[in-house]
Amino acid sequence: MTEQTLQVEILRYRPETDQDPAFQTYTVPYRDDWVVLDALNHIKDNIDRTLSYRWSCHMAVCGSCGMMINGEPKLSCHAFLRDYYPNKVRVEPLANFPIERDLVAVTDDFMEKLESVKPYVIPQQERAVDEGPHLQTPAQLNAFKQYTMCINCLLCYAACPQYGLTPDFVGPAALALAHRYNLDTRDAGREQRQEIAASNEGVWDCTFVGECSQACPKSVDPAAAIQQTKIASTIDWYKALLNPWGKR
Amino acid sequence: MDVIETDVVIVGAGGAGLRAAIAVAEADPSLNVALTSKVYPMRSHTVAAEGGAAAVIKDNDSLENHFNDTVTGGDWLCDQDAVELFINEAPKELTRMEHWGCPWSREPSGHVAVRPFGGMKVERTWYAADKTGFHMLHTLFQTSLKYPSIKRFDEYYATDLLVEDGRCQGIAAIELRSGQMRVFAAKAVIIATGGAGRIFPFTTNGGVNTGDGAVMAYRAGVPLKDMEFVQYHPTGLPGTGILITEGARGEGGVLINNEGYRYLQDYGLGPPDPWPRKKAMELGPRDRLSQAFWHEERAGKTVATPHGQAVHLDLRHLGEKKINERLPMVRELALSYMGVDPVFKPIPVRPVVHYMMGGIHTDIDAATPLAGLFAAGECACVSINGANRLGSNSLTEILVFGGRAGRGAVEHVRSGGKDVDRTAIEEQAGEAQKRVAALFQKADGTETVVGLRKEMNHIMETGAGIYRSKESLEEACKTIGELRRRYADVRLEDKSNVFNTDLVQVLELGSMLDAAHVLAHSALNREESRGSHQRLDKTERDDETYLKHTLAHYTGEGDPRLEYLDVKITKSPPGERVYGGAAS
Repeated sequence: MTEQTLQVEILRYRPETDQDPAFQTYTVPYRDDWVVLDALNHIKDNIDRTLSYRWSCHMAVCGSCGMMINGEPKLSCHAFLRDYYPNKVRVEPLANFPIERDLVAVTDDFMEKLESVKPYVIPQQERAVDEGPHLQTPAQLNAFKQYTMCINCLLCYAACPQYGLTPDFVGPAALALAHRYNLDTRDAGREQRQEIAASNEGVWDCTFVGECSQACPKSVDPAAAIQQTKIASTIDWYKALLNPWGKR
Repeated sequence: MDVIETDVVIVGAGGAGLRAAIAVAEADPSLNVALTSKVYPMRSHTVAAEGGAAAVIKDNDSLENHFNDTVTGGDWLCDQDAVELFINEAPKELTRMEHWGCPWSREPSGHVAVRPFGGMKVERTWYAADKTGFHMLHTLFQTSLKYPSIKRFDEYYATDLLVEDGRCQGIAAIELRSGQMRVFAAKAVIIATGGAGRIFPFTTNGGVNTGDGAVMAYRAGVPLKDMEFVQYHPTGLPGTGILITEGARGEGGVLINNEGYRYLQDYGLGPPDPWPRKKAMELGPRDRLSQAFWHEERAGKTVATPHGQAVHLDLRHLGEKKINERLPMVRELALSYMGVDPVFKPIPVRPVVHYMMGGIHTDIDAATPLAGLFAAGECACVSINGANRLGSNSLTEILVFGGRAGRGAVEHVRSGGKDVDRTAIEEQAGEAQKRVAALFQKADGTETVVGLRKEMNHIMETGAGIYRSKESLEEACKTIGELRRRYADVRLEDKSNVFNTDLVQVLELGSMLDAAHVLAHSALNREESRGSHQRLDKTERDDETYLKHTLAHYTGEGDPRLEYLDVKITKSPPGERVYGGAAS
């Protein structure tokens, strides 16, 4: 019996030698339990040592291996060949980011944006270790839990039409994370985060297309986080209008 | 060559590296920290830890219990002064994580919840559903962004420690984006690069776990301790090696063989209660459970899968609600990668290489014998893990000893006083660069990364797996020795500079071969069975001769030179490890 195979078309770009990115096609064995990452590893190990891409955990939690697979942002370790076979699979680096090389995207912009929203607990008052853990009920935890699930894979940035058009847009994952801390009962830093989150490049740049929430492999709903932040910012604005000297 | 001057350089930005960076920043904000890693911090393998982190916090528990569970679990190879310090600091470190926003699972009252893990007398594992490592890593990474003194160097692959005048004074590292070698000049260096599970073919470890940091220290003259002790986790998915957390058994999951029988009762772990009895059956220690599988497989009582033999982890009786609430990731992983929904079907699992108890020799302050060099986390060996780590101690360990490494580095910088010898270390980095350049210049390499890696993986599994013998280990030592020689002819096929992952894999393979070499020799020389190190030809523990740590010293091309160091026993003399009904 001849082995079943699958064609994988990969966007290659080596900045030292290539003028422009171009597709290269590889033929890999087809296995119904293989993911696209297995195919890439097969190519790297057996066909072409020069192919570069990021990966590590192979279990959809480290967030390294986000790519465009047949035009959709996916984790390559969670995109099964069986969902494409017998058609060929086209693999490209994450959209909306510059290409560093092959399937490796330059993601510095995201790292800066993540940092800009102050994604850490800003307490009302420092709590000493001796005072023990805070009390937080399961309901209070559930209020923000889903927004802690972001693995920073950047699929939402690749999916977001607004980020593609307006690179200054803070973007879904970073805004969702700001919202996560705003909702945490241990945090009192919302006002500090609002400088970025409620700015023009923050939530107001979002046109609520919702592609981010569709693309998220961890069922985080960044679109909802952004909408909730918009509502809260609007309330802030009215409060300031009605009571310009009051404490917000 | 570009030189980055800093006070402390950290290699590895997973849980231990991040905790160390924060500790430096908090102890002295005027000191600059260069946090380097071959990947972005949130890609580090801490992210994959699932079940939880141990620390005594409940009234029904005691520090004494945690001490005893750890020392017993480690088959008395733990240093008891280190364990004592560890269990004392554990609750403070996890509380600090709580203050930093870690989304710990809670009781209805709002208090942090705990669950039982294998080998524990009383439940004491803090958890964030079944993604504890993920939440801890992201909490630490995000918290680290608060400190302006921490400067990250993401995607830098460290190749060498720079040692002059008997002091560690920095590292040489390749910036992957440009392919250029950089010098980090620092008065203190902390290594926190994690484990080396990738030397085995079937492992829960991610692609990044290649032992680079430990081997970098080893080559610089720092001994590696207890490398023969490798923990097999009893429940990995066949094929991928994806981990199914012990938390699944803590919640009541049971292991059954091909006859539907809870076979662990035949291995001194009974009685088979229908509820999860502590330290018994499925909540026995990891080494015993993995060894039991080996015997079941020999007896033909396992289940055939397309990816080898397995047993069944049955969660069905827990019901959909509890599985979704406590073990959502288990369900997601089993569904995606095995096509099995644990609500309706048992999950096929088999033992899988999970954790290295051994690593860089450090004292209880995370200091190595080399002045200015510290190490923490899985790459280090204090040792609190002994011959078999107690489940859920490792996430706590990265905090306790990561923090100590950071504070130790600050102390060293303040008191060490001496300046970095720039000329000397730049010269050394130049040598490191020449070695890498030689790979680019060599046109006729005859060996491939993939070929050597496969041979290494194969011999480690057959020669130094769950059960070992003099014969199998001699074979492993011989083969790994040959592979190390053949590695000199390895071929770098990609000769470009930008993000060259062929180069990274060539260098990683060099690290793995040295780690495997130390592992095989340390195992061959330990003629006893203790914890995870089981010898078919020496089936008893031998406290007379081997109540000692192995220290392996680098000798270049030759075999490692082994010496032994007494285990520190403070209050628990070696006794029998008792599990099952007799233990609870």
